[in-house]
Amino acid sequence: MTEDTIWAFVADAPRQASDIGGRMLPPRWGYLNQLWQPLWDTLNIATLGTLIGVIIAIPVAFLAAGNTTPSRHFVRPMALLIIVTSRSINSLIWALLLVAIIGPGLLAGIVAIGLRSIGFVAKLLYEAIEEIDENQVEAVRATGASRVQVIDYAIIPQILPAFWGISVFRWDINIRESTILGLVGAGGLGLQLQSSLSTLAWNQVTVIFLVIVATVVVSEWVSAKVRRAVL
Amino acid sequence: MTGAITSLRTWKRPPVLLKDPRWRWTILLGSAIYLVLAISSVEVNWFRVYEGLERGWKFIQGFLSPDFNSRWRDIQAGLVESLTMTLTSTAAGVLISVPIGIGAARNLAPAPVYMFCRSLITLSRSFQEIIIAILLVAMFGFGPFAGFLTLTFASIGFLSKLLAEDIEGCDSAQIEAIRATGAGWWQVVNYAVQSQVMPRLIGLSLYRLDINFRESSVIGIVGAGGVGATLNTAIDRYEYDSAGAILIIIIAIVLVVEYSSSYIRRWAQ
Repeated sequence: MTEDTIWAFVADAPRQASDIGGRMLPPRWGYLNQLWQPLWDTLNIATLGTLIGVIIAIPVAFLAAGNTTPSRHFVRPMALLIIVTSRSINSLIWALLLVAIIGPGLLAGIVAIGLRSIGFVAKLLYEAIEEIDENQVEAVRATGASRVQVIDYAIIPQILPAFWGISVFRWDINIRESTILGLVGAGGLGLQLQSSLSTLAWNQVTVIFLVIVATVVVSEWVSAKVRRAVL
Repeated sequence: MTGAITSLRTWKRPPVLLKDPRWRWTILLGSAIYLVLAISSVEVNWFRVYEGLERGWKFIQGFLSPDFNSRWRDIQAGLVESLTMTLTSTAAGVLISVPIGIGAARNLAPAPVYMFCRSLITLSRSFQEIIIAILLVAMFGFGPFAGFLTLTFASIGFLSKLLAEDIEGCDSAQIEAIRATGAGWWQVVNYAVQSQVMPRLIGLSLYRLDINFRESSVIGIVGAGGVGATLNTAIDRYEYDSAGAILIIIIAIVLVVEYSSSYIRRWAQ
């Protein structure tokens, strides 16, 4: 690590820091007016992405849970593989790939957030499914219910609070992540950040940072509120 | 809950959440309006998407037949950088976050120290790794050193916060007992607190190691070294087979780190 470091730059760091700090400090508040549209885009990336992720994650979770999977030897490992792949690749990398594939813009961001969310939501959801009370399943099955009816009447009511909690939690994380996806061209606040950084407009960068922090704080508050209500 | 029973033969399942129908309808209607607005504001160039599908297919092929050889030297250099950053930053992060964590525990630290440490933690946690990396790369120049500093800074917020919460959740009877023997502050920390939080600290450090590796493969995109930079280059050159190879290596290392850390955590607790 150290051999590639240019120590002259490191020694220079305090001066650089004060230089950047000096350029950042009177924030250009007028720039705020150009940020409403990207902010709305960022919210949409996070929300629609979470929606896609959750919709795909539900069947994956049921296939991955030991007590609801149709086959332990084939389907379950496949579902677990989907979960692991989605979880180990950061959303920024997903966005990097998707921008190259489907072109820059909001869609790439939404799909990237969606793909990343599948693994997270499915993992927590299948753990919740595995922890359900089997007696209720048994009771519903004893009435002669079919497989689908067992899932509908015995399993879903038990995991519903956990499901909402997980989804809102993931939405909160996604807001955080979607603020920076624009760095690789996937739209939202990150795009403004990238253009301000490349024009060295540090006083605009400060405004963007403040907007990002405010958004994250608000989304964390909303998610904590909702989770307390459902769990 | 027990409404008028109209007929014994019809039964409607009571709603699990949101018992009040007015709330249910308001939320449903609000979500529908939001969805329409949100979806209509997303501009999609379907022609571009259609053109890109071919490239997507090429990428999937590259992922299925990864090319480890032609860029192996770059990949190897990136991986070594990533792993070095991960290990050093986790170690440095743990070393720094232990005193901060103790300082941020209400039952051990006086109020001014507590406020100071808590504000450090909030500062570190409110920004994403990538944003910190952008700033630190601008200050310290390109390369893994900036990445190391980024990951250390991010680890401090994470570890100190969880450590502080764990210390606050300690069994106060044990602290009281040690204090009753006439022990000083250091001795209380050493004999009463440390023995209670140690297993959790080991677990947290390993978990952070796991997170740091994942992050170290990303912050290269903004110039902070590591395998992320190699991946970014591979995708920019449209070398999807090399990119596939890098992704497979990342997934494999994440899996190994995750399973071994969960194994060690189970052993430690």
